Amino acid sequence: MAIPQVDVTRTTPTRRGIIDCDVHNELDSDRDLYPYLSRRWRDHIDAYGIRYYTGSFYPRFMDHRADAWPPSGRRAGSEAAYARDHFLNRYEIAYAILNPLTPVGRHPNLDLDAALATAVNDWQVAEWLDVEPRLRASMVIPYEDPPRAVDEIKRCGADKRFVQVLFLGRPHEPMGRRKYWPIYEACSTYGLHVASHAFFSAGNPITGAGHASYYIEDHIGPPQAMQANITSMVAEGVFEHFPTLNIVSVENGFGWVPALMWRLDASWRLLRGEVPHLKRPPSEYIREHLYLSTQPMEEPPRSKPRHFEQLLEHYGYTDRLMFASDYPHWDGDSPEHAVPAYLPDEVKRRIFSENARALYRLT
Amino acid sequence: MKYIVAAVDEIPPGGRKIVEVAGHAVGIFNIDGEFFALRNRCPHQSGPLCEGKLWGILEARLPGEFEYVPRREILACPWHGWEFHIRTGQSWCEPARLRARRYELRIEEGSALRAEPDAPGPGLVKGPYVAETYPVSTQGRYVVVEVAGEPMPAPSPG
Repeated sequence: MAIPQVDVTRTTPTRRGIIDCDVHNELDSDRDLYPYLSRRWRDHIDAYGIRYYTGSFYPRFMDHRADAWPPSGRRAGSEAAYARDHFLNRYEIAYAILNPLTPVGRHPNLDLDAALATAVNDWQVAEWLDVEPRLRASMVIPYEDPPRAVDEIKRCGADKRFVQVLFLGRPHEPMGRRKYWPIYEACSTYGLHVASHAFFSAGNPITGAGHASYYIEDHIGPPQAMQANITSMVAEGVFEHFPTLNIVSVENGFGWVPALMWRLDASWRLLRGEVPHLKRPPSEYIREHLYLSTQPMEEPPRSKPRHFEQLLEHYGYTDRLMFASDYPHWDGDSPEHAVPAYLPDEVKRRIFSENARALYRLT
Repeated sequence: MKYIVAAVDEIPPGGRKIVEVAGHAVGIFNIDGEFFALRNRCPHQSGPLCEGKLWGILEARLPGEFEYVPRREILACPWHGWEFHIRTGQSWCEPARLRARRYELRIEEGSALRAEPDAPGPGLVKGPYVAETYPVSTQGRYVVVEVAGEPMPAPSPG
């Protein structure tokens, strides 16, 4: 299917008003960040390179949809103008939240990690947010060095186009640990959410059983880490201490949420003496503070469509699930096909637009 | 209805051309001298199927024992890699449910095409006005796609 030609000056086709909670802006190479790095760090990178825990990657079609590479030959997702014409305009996306998957958060050298965070955020402002008004961004922060992460939040926090801070799927420690609380404190001050995006690691394997042989095992691994992270945040009392903080789970699926809530509540009834700081059943914190994005869609077999509606009922939260395309990654979802057609229009409207509009306070 | 979509020489072995036929984008492929036509629309999520990679087939009798069949006859959609046999449109992901739309295709001599009756379609009446025409080469061989009736509807999501 040919990509329709679009007038690039027409930047707000919002008839359908889809809000896409996971679009990736990519670096063509680390050198894209050189204009935003000091001479000291450019020299460092030239001499030592950027080394990081890889965790996992997306091999099919070398990360991306084979049709999303711009004519310049640069990496798919690395040119704002191309992403706008190829994706935002075509699907009439009202707003898209950028999640840059960069070395930030997984570089062993914390000084360089902090410098990279600043450079990535400046690159996002200059080459993405200033270029296309429909974009919002996740702020990257050196979360393994919380004081520096707080500095970055203070530096960028006044720019309301940053709507959340980004954690990759597997930080050094589970996300509820006290180490990360200064970050949550700063997020509460600036009205930022915390996003946890699937994949990538600061050293932990993708499964609870260790590293796996095949990419297909990596591909379905992220829910394991997300369950550990949300359980940790609940159990450590993050949401008691920061009652306005929300966590947005991106690309981790959502079918597992009801079972986790049931199991946590059952355990809490037996073990609540250990966690007296929890005033309510764990499921209530999850229902209140956890938002989830659709891609990858988890659907029952098409012969059992009722099971999907039951899943949303168990969840109790059609007001917490938000559409995400994962553009331009090869396993992403088209807005025209992602959400089952049999869902009531009201539910689809919430998933495609209303839920994210409310969470991110978009007009 | 017949559509002349390319001269044979335009699409070398291993090459492809995406054309418009009866309002649909159609990919014409030359595989080792044989020509095939598939609709440029993946029945999974409507991706531009014919822009995808042509791959061989990887088979395994046992875990860890792989055999690669290199003949490039499996077309993988550029979005999610759903695989279809280029000869038949048959899906190798969900064979019971999905099939790519395949078109009948022939190679015809230019002189033969020239001999076709000049009526553009059934139910049309010749009008009084005649537009300026230009001579068209009838030498060489052409790829012709035949479309009978309406295209097969795609399965609806859900």
